[in-house]
Amino acid sequence: MNYHWNWGIFLEQVKGGDETYLNWLLTGFGWTVAVSLSAWVMALALGILLGVLRTVPSRALVAAATAWVELFRNIPLLVQMFLWFFVMPELLPADWGLWVKQEMPAKEFFTATICLGLFTSSRVAEQVRAGIQALPGGQLMAGLAMGLTLPQTYRHVLLPTALRMVVPPLTSEFMNVFKNSSVAFAIGVMELTFQAKQMQEDSEQGIETFLAVTLLYFICAFSANRVMAVIERRTRIPGTAADVAAQS
Amino acid sequence: MNQVPNSAMIEMRNVSKWYGQFQVLTDCSTRVSKGEVIVVCGPSGSGKSTLIKCVNGLEVFQQGEVIVDGTSVGDPKTDLPRLRAHVGMVFQHFELFPHMTITDNLTIGQIKVLRRSKEEAQEKAARLLDRVGLKQQAHKHPGQLSGGQQQRVAIARALCMDPICMLFDEPTSALDPEMINEVLDVMVELAKEGMTMMCVSHEMGFARKVAHRVIFMDQGRIIEDATRDEFFGTPRSERAQLFLSKILSH
Repeated sequence: MNYHWNWGIFLEQVKGGDETYLNWLLTGFGWTVAVSLSAWVMALALGILLGVLRTVPSRALVAAATAWVELFRNIPLLVQMFLWFFVMPELLPADWGLWVKQEMPAKEFFTATICLGLFTSSRVAEQVRAGIQALPGGQLMAGLAMGLTLPQTYRHVLLPTALRMVVPPLTSEFMNVFKNSSVAFAIGVMELTFQAKQMQEDSEQGIETFLAVTLLYFICAFSANRVMAVIERRTRIPGTAADVAAQS
Repeated sequence: MNQVPNSAMIEMRNVSKWYGQFQVLTDCSTRVSKGEVIVVCGPSGSGKSTLIKCVNGLEVFQQGEVIVDGTSVGDPKTDLPRLRAHVGMVFQHFELFPHMTITDNLTIGQIKVLRRSKEEAQEKAARLLDRVGLKQQAHKHPGQLSGGQQQRVAIARALCMDPICMLFDEPTSALDPEMINEVLDVMVELAKEGMTMMCVSHEMGFARKVAHRVIFMDQGRIIEDATRDEFFGTPRSERAQLFLSKILSH
């Protein structure tokens, strides 16, 4: 192979600019983290709400929540990005659409965040629903029997146990958010993948570029994994099988 | 036998219930007076658990009427949480809340439903834990207690709400044999204090000791509703006789 390795490339100035390639990548990293964390907060809040709604004794609410989940998880993420970015403004009332297209500040960032947040919310919702349905049926009855209302029973009895159960699958989901955020480059968010492509074309040092990007993505996903592991450990319930296993 | 005052605490009139096409309760009527202890027995699948869950509206029924302390359970206008707050219920599988300490299990209803202060609720919880002999376990989680201990906690949890009557749904069926008596002892004591109790149970020793009446169910119907002495003397139905001979033969 005749490749000309140059690990010093990151500290070199970009062509026709006064910043280094490292600067590009770090800016991209910042946008990746911003999009991912905002989308994750949104996905968690919406996902918990929708997951709950899929288990309540009301056909209308269950149907609405199911429709939501199926809508957002049956369309490829990339297509959803395009739908939000190119199609949605056309469907708004004319003056709103114009505002979105021409004046909305950081519109790529907000569009990508909303899109990724909604997409992930459907996946979180499924896990929360599974967690609630995995609980013994008597827990709901016990909550209601002592006079708690249905919302109080969810809040104080069902969700605290169900959410603990789904921390492991939610960990994968949290890691996925960082990885999926790379799709945002397609609508022009200057995140890590976008910057990587730009650097590759500008510097012609594609291998170093993508190895560095790989490392940065790995750091994101692995940090997410560690954060969730700490949460899992801190919230472990004494006397449960998981607790006994962890102590032996 | 204790003198039982005649005012009805629980009154069931012609209660019927279906799961889809399948009828689980057929025309069930009975009445539990204040201070009365009723044991409901019968083969599995006979509708006993469903029947007592109709008393606090955990199961809905399509026909008939259930009146608890003057309030109609099936009436859509009834504030069910408010009614349930004062009808204690103990489940076969305890159903303590696993993520809460024993004390929190005993105080959550008092705080969230009865709006008691935390201090007041904790004081009451401590008193009732002591009463069921589990004062030492207050800081633990349910998973760290034995089945018998958990069921005693569940009884204390129900008592914290100052119930006007107590429902027991097979409270000893999930317990190892050596733990059954510690739970029954608590129940006997409650019965002797005059608590109104409706117990789904196969513990015939318990029934003999404290029940005022025994209800025998089969295939969703109340077949026998007899005083204790009548029931254990000469149950009138063949099915009840057969049932008794099966569970008392060892």
